[in-house]
Amino acid sequence: MANVTLRNVRKTYPGGVEAIKGITFDVPDGQFCVLVGPSGCGKSTLLRMVAGLETVTSGEIDIGGRVVNQVEPADRDIAMVFQNYALYPHMSVYNNMAYGLRNRGMAKPEIDKRVREAAQILEIGPMLERKPRQLSGGQRQRVAMGRAIVRQPKVFLFDEPLSNLDAKLRIAMRVEIRKLQRRLNTTSIYVTHDQLEAMTLADILVVMNGGVVEQIGNPLDIYQKPATTFVASFIGAPPMNLTPLRGDEAGIRFTSGGSVPAGTILGVRPEDLTVSTGDAPEGGVSYDLIVEAIERVGAETFVYGSRSGAKEAAAVSAKPGELPPGEIIVRIPGQAAPAIGAAIRAVAPRDKLHLFAADGRSRIDL
Amino acid sequence: MQKQATFNSRWLPWLLIAPQMIVVLVFFYWPAGQAVLQSFLLQDAFGLSTTFVWFENYKELFADPDYFATIVRTFAFAFAIALSSLSLSLLLAVMADKPLRGSAIYRTLLIWPYAVAPPVAGVLWVFMLNPSLGVLAHGLRAMGVDWNPLLDGNQAAALIILASAWKQISYNFLFFLAGLQSIPRSVHEAAAIDGARPMRRFWTVTFPLLTPTIFFLIVVNIVYAFFDTFGVIDTMTRGGPAKATETLVYKVYVDGLLGGNLGGSAAQSVILMGLVIVLTAIQFRFVERKVTY
Repeated sequence: MANVTLRNVRKTYPGGVEAIKGITFDVPDGQFCVLVGPSGCGKSTLLRMVAGLETVTSGEIDIGGRVVNQVEPADRDIAMVFQNYALYPHMSVYNNMAYGLRNRGMAKPEIDKRVREAAQILEIGPMLERKPRQLSGGQRQRVAMGRAIVRQPKVFLFDEPLSNLDAKLRIAMRVEIRKLQRRLNTTSIYVTHDQLEAMTLADILVVMNGGVVEQIGNPLDIYQKPATTFVASFIGAPPMNLTPLRGDEAGIRFTSGGSVPAGTILGVRPEDLTVSTGDAPEGGVSYDLIVEAIERVGAETFVYGSRSGAKEAAAVSAKPGELPPGEIIVRIPGQAAPAIGAAIRAVAPRDKLHLFAADGRSRIDL
Repeated sequence: MQKQATFNSRWLPWLLIAPQMIVVLVFFYWPAGQAVLQSFLLQDAFGLSTTFVWFENYKELFADPDYFATIVRTFAFAFAIALSSLSLSLLLAVMADKPLRGSAIYRTLLIWPYAVAPPVAGVLWVFMLNPSLGVLAHGLRAMGVDWNPLLDGNQAAALIILASAWKQISYNFLFFLAGLQSIPRSVHEAAAIDGARPMRRFWTVTFPLLTPTIFFLIVVNIVYAFFDTFGVIDTMTRGGPAKATETLVYKVYVDGLLGGNLGGSAAQSVILMGLVIVLTAIQFRFVERKVTY
C-alpha cells in the first residue's frame, strides 16, 4: 500500500523533443487514478516513467515515500498490465503468473497458493496449463491481470489494457477491473484515451494534452466544470458545443454578470440543450439551427445543426476532437427527431453555460 | 476472388516452367543420375575398360577405416563450426539488438563477411595465419604457441573451423537479429518488472522464443559445414596435413579427380546426396513447420 507522488516531472528525449513538460500530482493510497488524453499527449510515457521503463529527465517520482528515479523497475514494487498483454508466449498460464514470484525466490507452496488464488478470482482456473496462444483476447487480459495481482505490489499500472478488446468485452472488463481494484484496495494508475473508461473508473482523473496536465480532479467535477476548452471537448461524448461569441452577442447576453470581451468562447453540452419554440430563459442561450444530420442511438438521438448565418465564423479552424465552428449538436431523449433541413431552436438555461477565455486556456465563472 | 490463375492453353504452363525445369534437369538430375550409375561401375587404371560391379564400390567404401575416420571428422567439424558460429553470432546479435548509437553501421559491418567468397575467405585466413608470414601467427608465437598448421593436424583443423565459422557468422547474425526483433519489447519489459535480471531474462524469455530460429540455423549450419567448406579447405590446407582436414566432400574430390577412383568417388557422392535429402527432410518436417505463439 502506498501513495504515488509526481513532483514537476519532465521528460526530454535525446532528440530534444519534450514529451512531458513538468507534471505534478498525487495519488493517495488505494485510489484509482486515470490518465486520459489524446494519443501523443504523453500519458503512456508518464506511466512508463512511473514503472521505470523510461528515465526521468528532471523532477521526482515518489512511491510510498521513496524517490524511485534511480530504482530498477523490478525493485519499485509495481506491477504493470500492457496494452498487448505482453504474456510470455512459451510459458503456460500458470508459469506466466508464477514467473515474477520465482524470480524473487518465493517458496513453491506459497507461489502455488497465490497463483491458484488469483486464478480463482479471475475465473481462469481451468486454463492454467494452456499456452497464451490458446486463449481468447479476454482470457489473455485476465492472465495479464493475474500476473499483476499475484505479486501483491504497492501499485498497479495499466497501459490501455482494454483497447485490444471488442466493445462488449471492454465494458465487462472495465467493471471487473474496478471491482478488483476496490477489493484489493491497491493504488492504481490507469492510462486510456477513452473518456468513457476514464469517467467510469477514476477516483482521480488527470486530463493530459501535449505533455501538460489540463485538469486534475474528481471525474464529475471535471465534467461539470471543465477548466479549459480542451477538457470541455474531450470529456463528455458527443463533445461540448463551443462557439466564440461575436461582439454583439458578448454584450447582450452577459450584461448582468459583467461584460465579457468578444471572442470569449461559450460552451454548452449537447445534453443541456433542449428543442423549444419559445425564447431562452433569462440569461440563457438559444441557437437557431438548420438540421443537417441525425444520429439515432436508440435511447437518445443526436441532432447536428448548423447555425443560420454562422458561416462567417468559420474563420477559426476546428481542432481535433472539436466541432467545426458553427455546428451545434443537440441531444434529444428518445427517438423522435426533426426532419433533415428543418429549422429548430435549441435553448439552454444560464446555469448550464460555460465560458472560456478566447485562447481556451482558462474558465470564466459566471 | 480467384487466387489461382487458370490457363486455357495446355502447353503454356509447361513452357513457363521449362527454364527452371531445364536448369534442374541439366545441373541436378543428369549429374545425380550419372553419379548413381558411375557408383556401380569399376574402371581399370588406364580408363580403357569399365565393368559393372553392382555394390562393390559401396562394400569397399564401408570396409575402409579411412572412410569412417572421414565421416567422424566431418561430423566433428560440422559440430564445431555450427556451435562456434551460432554462439558467436547469437552474442553479436544480442549486442547489436540493443539501442546503441550507430547500430546500423555495426549491423552492416557484421553482414559483410557473407559477401566474401569461401576461397577468398580461405586465402585471407591463410595469410593471417601463415607460420612464416602471418600477422596472427606472429602474435601466437609471441605468446609461446608453437604455431604450425602445415605440420600440426589439430592446428590445421582449428584453422578450418575458424575460417568456416567466421564465414557463416553473418548469415546466422541476420537470422538471429530478425528473430530478436520479432520479440515484442513489452515482453522484455514485463520480464524486467517481474524481477528477472538481464542474464536470467535472456535464458528464460529471449532464448526460448528464439528456438525456432536456432533449430533452423542448426540445420543450415550443418549443411554448410558439410558441403560449402570445400573452398575454404582447398585454399587453406588441401585436406592436409596427413588428411587431418579432409571432409567427406573433399574426399570425393581427392579420390575421384586426383586419385582417379571414379566409381568409389561416385559412391561417396551418392551417400552424401542421401545425407542432404535426410537433412532437408528434417528441415521441412520439424523446422519449417510454422511456430506461432
